[in-house]
Amino acid sequence: MTEPVLQVEDLQVHFFLDEGLVRAVDGVSFDVHPGQVVGIVGESGCGKSVAMKAILQIVEPPGRIVGGRIRFQQHSGTIVDLTRLSATNAELRAIRGAEIALIPQEPMAAFSPVHSVGEQIIEALRLHERQWRPSGPRLSKTEARAMTVELFRSVGISMPHERVDAYSWQLSGGLRQRAMIAMALSCRPRLLIADEPTTAIDVTTQAQILNLLRDLHRRHGTAIIFITHDLGVIAQMAHYVVVMYLGRVMEQGPVEEIFHAPKHPYTRALLRSIPSVNVAPRTLLPTIAGSIPHPLGRPRGCPFHPRCPDAISGLCADRVPALRPVGPTQLASCFLYNRDEAVEP
Amino acid sequence: MSATPWLLEVRNLRKAFPIRRGWNRKIVGAVSAVDDVSFTIREGETLGLVGESGCGKTTTARCILRAMSPTSGEILFRAADGRVVDLAPLSRAELRPLRPQIQMIFQDPFGSLNPRMTVFDNVGEPLLVNGLRDRRARLDRVAELLELTGLRPEHMHRFPHAFSGGQRQRIGIARALSTGPRLVVADEPVSALDVSVQAQVLNLLLELQTRLRLTLLFVAHDLSVVKHISDRVAVMYVGRLVEIAAADGVFRRPRHPYTAALLRAVPVPDPHAPSRDVALSGEVANPANPPSGCYFHPRCPFAIEVCRNQTPPIREIETGHLVRCHRADELALTGIDG
Repeated sequence: MTEPVLQVEDLQVHFFLDEGLVRAVDGVSFDVHPGQVVGIVGESGCGKSVAMKAILQIVEPPGRIVGGRIRFQQHSGTIVDLTRLSATNAELRAIRGAEIALIPQEPMAAFSPVHSVGEQIIEALRLHERQWRPSGPRLSKTEARAMTVELFRSVGISMPHERVDAYSWQLSGGLRQRAMIAMALSCRPRLLIADEPTTAIDVTTQAQILNLLRDLHRRHGTAIIFITHDLGVIAQMAHYVVVMYLGRVMEQGPVEEIFHAPKHPYTRALLRSIPSVNVAPRTLLPTIAGSIPHPLGRPRGCPFHPRCPDAISGLCADRVPALRPVGPTQLASCFLYNRDEAVEP
Repeated sequence: MSATPWLLEVRNLRKAFPIRRGWNRKIVGAVSAVDDVSFTIREGETLGLVGESGCGKTTTARCILRAMSPTSGEILFRAADGRVVDLAPLSRAELRPLRPQIQMIFQDPFGSLNPRMTVFDNVGEPLLVNGLRDRRARLDRVAELLELTGLRPEHMHRFPHAFSGGQRQRIGIARALSTGPRLVVADEPVSALDVSVQAQVLNLLLELQTRLRLTLLFVAHDLSVVKHISDRVAVMYVGRLVEIAAADGVFRRPRHPYTAALLRAVPVPDPHAPSRDVALSGEVANPANPPSGCYFHPRCPFAIEVCRNQTPPIREIETGHLVRCHRADELALTGIDG
């Protein structure tokens, strides 16, 4: 097995609010191997976006990483613990954008409206030049521009020469997201984080963008963390899936096992409750009882126990199950499989 | 024809928004948001209206609610007393007595409830406005409505912030039902909800509809959600209706290339599902500057000369299945089982 690009170990991100403590991410661990697409899936408040922000060290106060390690292997092979670097640290700034790139949900908000999209990519290319090209003469503006045109072409933007000078607000949603992908790929990152990259886009355009990402992944083999709430998108994109609920990992494993042999009651219930185009019209959906608890009113014990059809009385309400193997490659945090494995309170 | 009469008949509905430019806000053009849309909804039926953003589905819904005035066309509504009224030309005052019969469920459960009013006041306000002055009677009615939508009546004096998104959407549904409407227009009622909660609200709407014999116009962009709730489905593209038929027909045997492409674009939650080629290139046309002929022709893999020059009429290709495509007869399109 190759060494992972990213190792997240027992990550804990807490928000210190006046109203109380919110454990947004509470003990999350997973690895990302080179060339792998890891999908993080969960409903609102599950901590998937906060975990992503923790990797990039952009958690806003009052949030803080209070525990765990995020070990990242750089191009050079050295391994750094990102949690040990402060957000303004030069080393971290060299990693962000160059070695770890982000495709955000809303490219409209991510691009500056007063600079052309080309300028912004050229800036990134020149700024991070020493990360993606350790030697050679300094990159001129003309060269950077030519590279940007090439990038635009590779992400399927038609008329790349003209589009380089366009402003983000002149582009349609699909083109904007393509330009964002071009920017993310510009410095040849080792790890790409895609945070709900198609949520704000229509379904026919979404299909195009997903195809593009799959195609780029095949060509470059960049490791991707793909964050989404859409199980359909995850099934089409990911090799390995992490299912989160209220800050904790409920289950993780290869995509086939998560979708065809889910072990955790939450994963099972979630998969059953997705509306499908393959059923007869006007059929009732199986549901999960209740609703997602407020982050401040998180239940004791297993966070899912109040909604769980298989909750074991006297156990699930009191103790938090640890994430343990439930098969050769699959892990779940559920007492149904490992009665004695609880997390220390 | 079928025994149940229609409740709503929309005929040649158009809504154009002016494009203004310059210091004197001169009108330089128009966006045809809704362009010659006609359909009927029978009593007790759910019509799903689907399309991508900018296709005019919400504008259609708002014209029917008369939250805006259509540019032209008729909106015939069979009122409770059996009269057929055209809602399109009515004034505010004339609409007033009809309003309780047509209600709306909104998309955003956080924005659509007044945060400074209790659940009782939010749900009971339509009753008060419509003349139910007696507080006792209102309390009883609100309790009944909350129970109907799966909420606890004893929580009615709480404020909306104390409820989750799904519960708030139930409150919104209770409010829409408070006046005993004959037609309910739901604009993306579950798109702001999480998957686990979305299923509950969809089921609730299905149950309420059967129980109260509601007629529902369900506007959504999510095809799988629409399939779960609709008897018939209408598909819109750049302001025009391109296909309308029984839900099973639209999904199993679509007759318009756009519908087929939409179905193919839905990501299937199964990693073994064969990855399907994306048939559609390009993006949704700009309604302010639509292409000639069939609006879909620049993206359509089957487009021929006539598609570029002539707007296809909407026609009945088989009983109850209407399609706006020149080549619908010759194309063998695959649906979701294909």
